[in-house]
Amino acid sequence: METLSQLATGFLVALTPINLLWAAIGVTLGTAIGVLPGIGPALTVALLLPLTFQLEPVAAFIMFAGIYYGAMYGGSTTSILLNTPGESATIITAVEGNLMARKGRGAAALATAAIGSFVAGTLATIALSFVAPSVVELALLFGPAEYFALMVLAFITVSALLGASAVRGLAALFLGLGLGLIGIDLQTGQARFTTLPGITADGTFGLVSYPQLLDGIGVIIVVVGLFAVGETLFVASRYRWGEQTINPLKGSIWMTREEWRRSWKPWLRGTAIGFPIGAMPAGGSEVPTFLSYFAERRLTKHPEEFGKGAIEGVAGPEAANNAAAAGVLVPLLALGLPTSATAAIMLAAFQSYGLQPGPLLFETRPDLVWGLIASLYIGNVMLLILNLPMAGVWVRLLLIPQPYLYAGILVFATLGVYSLNQSLFDLGILWVIGIVGYGMRRFDFPVAPTVVGLILGPLAEQQFRRAMSISQGDATVFLTQPIAASLLAIAAAVLLVPPALRLIKRLGR
Amino acid sequence: MTMNITRRHLLAGSAGLAVVAGLPAAAQTVTSINMLVPAAPGGGWDQTARTMQQVLAASGIAPTMQITNQGGAGGTIGLANFLNNQRGRADAMMTTGLVMMGAILTNKTPVNLSMTTPIARLTGEYQVLVTPARSRFNTLADFVAALRANPGAVPVAGGSAGGTDHITLGLLAKVAGADPTKINYVAHAGGGEAQAALLGNHVAGGISGWGEFSAQVAAGRLRALAIFAPQRLPGIDAPTAKEQGIDLEVPNWRGVVAAPGITDAQRQALLNTIDAMVKTPQWQEVLTKNNWGNLYLAGADFARYIEEENRRMTEVLKSIGLVN
Repeated sequence: METLSQLATGFLVALTPINLLWAAIGVTLGTAIGVLPGIGPALTVALLLPLTFQLEPVAAFIMFAGIYYGAMYGGSTTSILLNTPGESATIITAVEGNLMARKGRGAAALATAAIGSFVAGTLATIALSFVAPSVVELALLFGPAEYFALMVLAFITVSALLGASAVRGLAALFLGLGLGLIGIDLQTGQARFTTLPGITADGTFGLVSYPQLLDGIGVIIVVVGLFAVGETLFVASRYRWGEQTINPLKGSIWMTREEWRRSWKPWLRGTAIGFPIGAMPAGGSEVPTFLSYFAERRLTKHPEEFGKGAIEGVAGPEAANNAAAAGVLVPLLALGLPTSATAAIMLAAFQSYGLQPGPLLFETRPDLVWGLIASLYIGNVMLLILNLPMAGVWVRLLLIPQPYLYAGILVFATLGVYSLNQSLFDLGILWVIGIVGYGMRRFDFPVAPTVVGLILGPLAEQQFRRAMSISQGDATVFLTQPIAASLLAIAAAVLLVPPALRLIKRLGR
Repeated sequence: MTMNITRRHLLAGSAGLAVVAGLPAAAQTVTSINMLVPAAPGGGWDQTARTMQQVLAASGIAPTMQITNQGGAGGTIGLANFLNNQRGRADAMMTTGLVMMGAILTNKTPVNLSMTTPIARLTGEYQVLVTPARSRFNTLADFVAALRANPGAVPVAGGSAGGTDHITLGLLAKVAGADPTKINYVAHAGGGEAQAALLGNHVAGGISGWGEFSAQVAAGRLRALAIFAPQRLPGIDAPTAKEQGIDLEVPNWRGVVAAPGITDAQRQALLNTIDAMVKTPQWQEVLTKNNWGNLYLAGADFARYIEEENRRMTEVLKSIGLVN
């Protein structure tokens, strides 16, 4: 009851015209940066920070929250329509979403993403308002051994992304795992794979160490390279003058009754997977999208449609990434723990206003915390109003002649990646990876497993080594900790039970 | 992009004018600065630069400061570019700190801080050792005893390997008479992860700057065993290591350096500018607001400090096996 009255006070703060205006600016800006490849919410909030010092803290945070939620909505648009995700959390959306767009159901895919994001964002915000403290205590139970087990479980989901050929899919996965090894090893401080053949200072051919590789290859560069640049090169290689292939727009631009029926359960499941993992300090926003996609693929009544544009494969992961985005705010508000780049910058923003997030903030500045939470509800509604009618407008992007459209994508991809570090070296990597992405498409290698490997590989490795360091080399730690052991058991069951059942069936016959 | 370059050139030109404008030498300052932040927006160096920008503009000392972010490899990529591209430019400055010094050593970078023109150490935060509230260690003495007995059994969380937190643990082991080669340091990316490991009671201790842990200490979720500062600090509820018999000070400092190859007069103008800035009430205000310690140390004293600190870091990184 107390929470409800505080939330009501929060709405009084958030519903003032001026704060509504800031929320509207935030969600619009967020949607825009979500659409642009490479430019993420963290960078945007960091650059806006000095400008917002003139604002009231409440107004500034309402705007930041709008940017944060908006970017999660916007990221799905280019994933679905152009197969070029702007954020790593929306790569899974590109898998089925883009296939839907090619079937002419692009608007329905956008709609299920927007409504799913709204449902997940709202439910997760309700969870944030009412159960944040207890969720945080549960999330803290996760130590390195538990995270490693969770990553193992997430790795299994790759099996759903492999495509027709397991060899090709695994090759793509290992390419990602290999890329993930490049750079300074966090646990020892030693550089790995940063010395490559090249032209040395005296002009001869030899080994050169590249200091630019010390921080590793950014996930976002690989995502933009493999998807945006790779896709552009592929489209260009297939393009013939005069033969325009325009994706047909079939049927209603709205979701059909059937599409609604197939979407609502994935929305709810995606929320249930996304929120708790987002609340975990090392859960991240990508892992829940992988798990949700895998779950939907296993539970669907239309398995034949997966790999050809199944709506469940868009609805689930989109709900999961928005629920995870709300989940990230749980440790930030409840404990002052920043667990994503955007959260870290929001924490810095809190501190520059002289505020310290954490349990004390709920007592010292309830207007701010509850105003922020209330603005999340409002932001979600605004985003739905902004994105749903826009779905019909966005799909018209596909009517732009391909040479202009893809030239535009290349310009934005290049600008986005350059804006990360102002580094020409990064642009070189982007283009090399883009050419690799083109080759993978040309020879039917799926690109999604590469990104999964690049994201999960380093996480799994670091957590494994932390666990081993803390246990002083005792590997049984993964089996003696109940949570870790259960997660590993689930992973083993998911992997082994279906083939075992098939085997039993065959033997019984 | 084009506009940026044009503006930068204009600013560079106007700074040159300001320097030769014939003001009396003692009061000569620069009116515009080109600041390179060798890290992505949002971090400590970026905040330092953006805060300087505000204070210098608000006080009218230097109305224009152009900030460029170029992150990577603990700031060493920015450092290399700064040394190569800004040589002799009177208006060029770069933010730096202990983190860059450690990265230079562990990455075996061919460039180092002595190649710049040191201007001033500005702010800093003292390193602190904490344990989870439920820990068996109640004092620094308990912790050090366990560290002496078996360093491997005391896993300590902090930032990246070879960074300030790791160096602090190595120094602590050394001063306390434990074996620094055997310490069990568990590296984490970003402060949030290390804090989560502590709050979940997954590690024995944690090391970072006071600001990272202050909220958790205030909420009673973490216990501050020792702050590695010369004396107790106002507003910080933690005993010093010194008063518990461990003579160790580790400030995680931040400062600014200027380009190599500038004249003495140009260097003096930058020193005057920074000196005027730290004396403004606005600067004192942001120090308090951001909880930054005032570690102002300028000119030749700062250059000497860099040399001494470099020697201390090299020694400890050798003893923890990260530099050979």
